[in-house]
Amino acid sequence: MSRQPHTFDTLLVANRGEIACRVMRTARAMGLRTIAVYSDADASARHVREADEAVRLGPAAARDSYLKVEAVVEAAKRTGAGAIHPGYGFLSENGAFVEALDQAGIVFVGPPASAIAAMGDKSAAKARMANAGVPLVPGYHGDDQDDALLRSEADKIGYPVLLKASAGGGGKGMRVVESGEGFQAALDGCRRESQAAFGDQRMLIEKYLTQPRHVEVQVFCDSHGNGVYLFERDCSVQRRHQKVLEEAPAPGMTAELRREMGDAAVRAAKEIGYVGAGTVEFLLDKDGSFYFMEMNTRLQVEHPVTEMITGQDLVEWQLHVAMGEALPCTQDELTITGHSFEARLYAEDPEQDFLPATGLLTQFAMDLEGAGLDPTRVRLDSGVETGDAVSMHYDPMLAKLIVHGDDRDQALATLNRALAALDVQGVVTNRAFLQRLATHPAFKACDLDTRFIERFDATLFAPKQYSIEAYAGAALVGLNQLARECESDSPWDRHDGFRLNAPHSIRIALCDPAHAQDSEDADAVVVVDGTRESGEALWTLTIRGETLTASLQPLAGDAVAVTLNGHRRRLQARRDGNVVVMVDPRGETRLFWRRIDAIDHGHHEAESTLTAPMHGTVVALLVEAGQRVEKGMPLMVMEAMKMEHTMTAPADGHVASFHFKGGDTVGQGDVLLEFAPAE
Amino acid sequence: MSILNTQANPRSDAFQANEASMRHEVMKLRELTAAISQGGGEKARTRHESRGKLFVRDRIDHLLDEGSPFLEFSALAAHDTYDSPIPAAGVVTGIGRVSGVECVIVANDATVKGGTYFPMTVKKHIRAQEIARKHRLPCIYLVDSGGAHLPSQDEVFPDRDHFGRIFYNQATLSAEGIPQIAVVMGSCTAGGAYVPAMADESIIVKQQGTIFLGGPPLVKAATGESISAEDLGGADVHCKVSGVADHYAENDAHALQLARGCVSRLNWQKRGKLAMQPPKPPRLDPSELYGIVGTDLKKPYDVREVIGRIVDDSDFDEFKRYYGDTLVTGFAHIHGYPVGILANNGVLFSESAVKGAHFIELCAQRKIPLIFLQNITGFMVGSKYEHEGIAKHGAKLVTAVACAKVPKFTVLIGGSFGAGNYGMCGRAYDPNLLFMWPNARISVMGGEQAAGVLAQVKRDQHEREGREWSAEDEEAFKAPTRDQYEHQGHPYYASARLWDDGVIDPMQTRDVLGLSLAAAMNAEVQETRFGVFRM
Repeated sequence: MSRQPHTFDTLLVANRGEIACRVMRTARAMGLRTIAVYSDADASARHVREADEAVRLGPAAARDSYLKVEAVVEAAKRTGAGAIHPGYGFLSENGAFVEALDQAGIVFVGPPASAIAAMGDKSAAKARMANAGVPLVPGYHGDDQDDALLRSEADKIGYPVLLKASAGGGGKGMRVVESGEGFQAALDGCRRESQAAFGDQRMLIEKYLTQPRHVEVQVFCDSHGNGVYLFERDCSVQRRHQKVLEEAPAPGMTAELRREMGDAAVRAAKEIGYVGAGTVEFLLDKDGSFYFMEMNTRLQVEHPVTEMITGQDLVEWQLHVAMGEALPCTQDELTITGHSFEARLYAEDPEQDFLPATGLLTQFAMDLEGAGLDPTRVRLDSGVETGDAVSMHYDPMLAKLIVHGDDRDQALATLNRALAALDVQGVVTNRAFLQRLATHPAFKACDLDTRFIERFDATLFAPKQYSIEAYAGAALVGLNQLARECESDSPWDRHDGFRLNAPHSIRIALCDPAHAQDSEDADAVVVVDGTRESGEALWTLTIRGETLTASLQPLAGDAVAVTLNGHRRRLQARRDGNVVVMVDPRGETRLFWRRIDAIDHGHHEAESTLTAPMHGTVVALLVEAGQRVEKGMPLMVMEAMKMEHTMTAPADGHVASFHFKGGDTVGQGDVLLEFAPAE
Repeated sequence: MSILNTQANPRSDAFQANEASMRHEVMKLRELTAAISQGGGEKARTRHESRGKLFVRDRIDHLLDEGSPFLEFSALAAHDTYDSPIPAAGVVTGIGRVSGVECVIVANDATVKGGTYFPMTVKKHIRAQEIARKHRLPCIYLVDSGGAHLPSQDEVFPDRDHFGRIFYNQATLSAEGIPQIAVVMGSCTAGGAYVPAMADESIIVKQQGTIFLGGPPLVKAATGESISAEDLGGADVHCKVSGVADHYAENDAHALQLARGCVSRLNWQKRGKLAMQPPKPPRLDPSELYGIVGTDLKKPYDVREVIGRIVDDSDFDEFKRYYGDTLVTGFAHIHGYPVGILANNGVLFSESAVKGAHFIELCAQRKIPLIFLQNITGFMVGSKYEHEGIAKHGAKLVTAVACAKVPKFTVLIGGSFGAGNYGMCGRAYDPNLLFMWPNARISVMGGEQAAGVLAQVKRDQHEREGREWSAEDEEAFKAPTRDQYEHQGHPYYASARLWDDGVIDPMQTRDVLGLSLAAAMNAEVQETRFGVFRM
């Protein structure tokens, strides 16, 4: 039997995390040998554990490992890998990498270098798209700045339009013009601002999309000239251009529009000689017009929603195409079944401006059965397992939760149940934020656009006040956890503050974890009667003058049933340090739990020190040890997760000593410096 | 399994009268306890606080684990004993959980006469150390005391169980492997200096704690040297120069945190082993104890009604139910701990005494802790009983009680009179802990009996001298004796003198016993060797 030139039996996956695991899953199913690569930080990561073989690339930093072309090529050679799948990110859209593979005779599972280059240059790409008849956002970028000409261009584009300083940025010299009448005044204003801010008056005009949605089309081409689209995905819910929730199909699509967009996407791909899986991103305006944004020349993070509604395995398609085969389906054979959502679980704290989080995953599991979920409808693509460390080195995405339903409402209900069933401990995640997004009435009503999170910002973050029931439940859960942490039945473990001949009530202060440090105040105080003269099953709680009878029944695992005044609710509950976390399908409640009758045993030595909020690197020391500083003055800058964090003086005084110098690596909680407050 | 039933009828008049009278006594006890917990009064408290010092009970709260029970001993010590009030005898003692370990805590209350040691203070301090020894519990001393109360020197200094005994105990406790930790949070003058000096580890608070054998006035008088207390024996001196203290604390809270750290490093393991059961609350409602027992000692009730409201699941396996039935004996669990219970259900006869001795032998053999529920007027008297040898039968019970080395806990739930007190493990029989209910009375015999005996002697005297003694005269003669017995037999009188370890609310009995049993399991349960039983 003669071997085809592209055939390979060993696939190296030049990536990490969930996508590496996901690609290898299909590769294994196709009978391929799988090779993982890893950095020092990932030596025992899940993708390494799951691969048949794994090769070390280098130190933790991506530039020294996953981005190192030679090391990856060398790894492929060492292991006899005939092909490399790049996943997304890292080297997936790196033309030089593709060329290096071509030279080494290794198949790149992706488009040719020329296609990557064609889409890499954004303005050149737009020109080619215009040629191919792919609609672009209408605009005027010309040098002629005559008032009348600009006005006529604006009229041509159609209002509203956006007037923007060519030299601009930061919102200066930028205005939305609703109609022709207001154009001249806006133009004059913009020019003045632009002149003042940038010393330049040139303006450009673009169509202003009032409520654009991000709708992208999955395309696939083979090397035989075939191209199909696998329908669209709506990824409008974004945070700073980072997708958070995706779905397929896009709500409100008509068959016509779907065909128009699909055809345009396939035209775009064919224009640049595309091969493999690609995504053409469009802005979809309210009126149904759509405009090309860019094309991603790789498999997307959110590809599983497409797989769920089409029943196709896109990685399998990629590998077949890479082997030189024709596409497995024609356009007519592709159909949409049901609806799918994907939620991206990140290790980050939405309450602290989405600060990336690190730590050890003490628990990472999802109890489908306990939550009554159909395993064929729920898919968890993750690159981590219980016991894994989440480091500062890479993207903080832990997993993707993908669900399927017969229709959008059913899929959304499943998503909410599944989010509640996810048991993640040890690392702060955006799960509660995802739950608030997915339960948001506007999201349910498909009121989507790319500014969704900004628009509903007030309701998407942790509420300042919970219901009395939530506080009461949290108080009991905290008490129960305290008791559970002790193994024995000793009456000394009861934690009810027993005192002879004196009533002993337990006072619990609850507050938003974000404000736990800087405030002695509580959002609510729950007084639990610890005396409990007869029987032990029922507690008496008092909160804001209301008295509740309550009981708590432990169920399997972290599940508990909390009954308040006869209303029984089942929820997942635990204590993360001093934070009580309660999760049910309506959302997550996180409350800082503190006994006010008891004493905080841990605060006495931390006052005069500043600790690192997370693992990172010291960038610079801004003052000298011993130098007088005022409260709030910056003392030191560290960088972590690509963000700078400034340590400021907690009071007037001076730094007694720095424990690190510029360039040093620090771990989370490390004491950075000793601060001596002025007497 | 034999679950106790109840005959109690909470709707009956008798029950409700009992309930009201007992509740009244418990309320009085709670009020008194609350008043005592305020220490030495507003002025002293304000001064104490202005020095940045925590109050003694707040110190204990800081020291204890979050929500830990605190089993306080003898809060009524020195109550109405001296010319001026000395609340809690100026020292708070008890058992609490520190870093997961049950510890005996002895904490001076400097708001009470500067924390100086009155005779009852000494007795209470030494009693706490005895409890620590018996239960094998680490000791933490929160020291803030001016030392011995000088005007009472003849009652606090020279005798065996006086001030010196505190340091003797520290040395010998340490020798038994029972950790001694001192936290110096105020003065430790003269003899008091030995508390931290004799400790295994000691902590001192800067600019607050001082340790010296002779304070600045004495130094000035003796040598003419003029020096401040801080420079003579403050934290800097003792942590950096003398080495008398080991850990340097910024303030009270920090010092207590350091003490918690010391306990966490003890490598402490409990040695007692009992076959435990999962604890279950009693099926019978403990709040009905008030209505069942009441405060009138003359009204009988079945003691099983009490047992059923104290033991797990109200499950009580009785031993020799139909023999010597004025003493109820049997096995049960309290908070999961197996116990043998002896409870009076009437006057002791020869059979009951022998049955009790037999039962104690069983428990000692099996290493099961004993619980004595005392409500006893005494042994039966009369020729029939003397002739059948009730004295030697009673002696068997007393021998068994005295020699049994298993943990013993006694609760006076009613009368505690005469030799009945001995046979039911009174204070002299060294129970691990002894508590009284507010309705209990303790004396060599009942006030009426004592008055009757004395009146009989007097009447005989009158008759020998051929004089008349009218009924009125006799009544007048008896009254002071009755009053004296009533006064001196009262639980507050008893507890003030440390004849017990505290007066407790009947409803808290189960918890108090559970905590006590759990604490006792820090020590290994000993083998018993009995003395000669007279047959």
